Amino acid sequence: MIMAKPKPTEEIIREIKDFDNILVAGCNGCVAVCEAGGLKEVEILASALRMYFANQQKKIEIGEVSLTRQCDKEYLAEIKDRIGGYDAVVSIACGAGVQFMAEMYSKMRVFPGVDTCFIGATEEKGVWSERCQACGTCILASTGGICPVARCSKRILNGPCGGSSNGKCEIDKEVPCGWQLIYERLKELGELKRFEEPTPAKDWLTSRDGGPRRLIKEVSQI
Amino acid sequence: MTYPSNIRIVKVPCTGRVAIIHLMKAIEKGADGVFVAGCMEGDCHFQAGNLRANKRVAYVRELLQSIGMEPDRVAMYNLSSGEGPRFAEICREMTDKIRQLGPNPVRVQGARKAEAA
Repeated sequence: MIMAKPKPTEEIIREIKDFDNILVAGCNGCVAVCEAGGLKEVEILASALRMYFANQQKKIEIGEVSLTRQCDKEYLAEIKDRIGGYDAVVSIACGAGVQFMAEMYSKMRVFPGVDTCFIGATEEKGVWSERCQACGTCILASTGGICPVARCSKRILNGPCGGSSNGKCEIDKEVPCGWQLIYERLKELGELKRFEEPTPAKDWLTSRDGGPRRLIKEVSQI
Repeated sequence: MTYPSNIRIVKVPCTGRVAIIHLMKAIEKGADGVFVAGCMEGDCHFQAGNLRANKRVAYVRELLQSIGMEPDRVAMYNLSSGEGPRFAEICREMTDKIRQLGPNPVRVQGARKAEAA
């Protein structure tokens, strides 16, 4: 899922301090799971903002909503009748949600309330880590199910590099070397032969190098 | 065992039930301060409820600081259910601390707004 972390409250306050009616909009998708942008976080942020502005003696109305998803027009449409009553939105969805909100309600000022971080997984309660960079051409079949694009700091396709030491990456002693992980997994699977042939250069056009991406599945279209 | 009459007790089955929003709402709705009285660390019947509460209290304290409010309005204490005198002592300690901080500015502003209206 897509991971995000809350922006510092001070930064959000700076953006919205000149508005009088704010809607704090959450998303019950990915950002709710990583406890950054769901209903609970909407309530907490709205409460903090109310207290801040009360202390500043500023009269401000703060509404709360959390949509099933902000990256789907059908769910964004649920607020079409009430959004006109606000003059700005703080969206605590991921970057896609914030942009879709701004696209759908183009006259509304929309501010992000979270920093979108990466596509990852829950290691344990409260700990999330990166697993995928959405490069568009998955090579997990040949790397024992461990992605060198996401897990190797250099994204190299033939590793490990000289910066790997005792299974850790040179960027940080806490970061496992992605290629060490791949080596160990392939060894366990009896597939170390994979290291005998170098992986050819990857076509990065399917990643960001090809510009903004779009996906069309005709059978799903109406 | 006497403790200040201004203390209002909200009973919860375990301090692990106390969510961040409960503490925020207490302050937003005008409480001058709020403390969570949990069991001794290591003595939680549900294993880690009091430890979770402690983290949430710390989170709320940081959040209050970020909006310019005194973090000391929210606190966590650990004591056993048999320590009545200690509970009374904590109540007095918290009351003194909050009295020094003064009334909750959110409530004060709310009252001013109501007067103006």
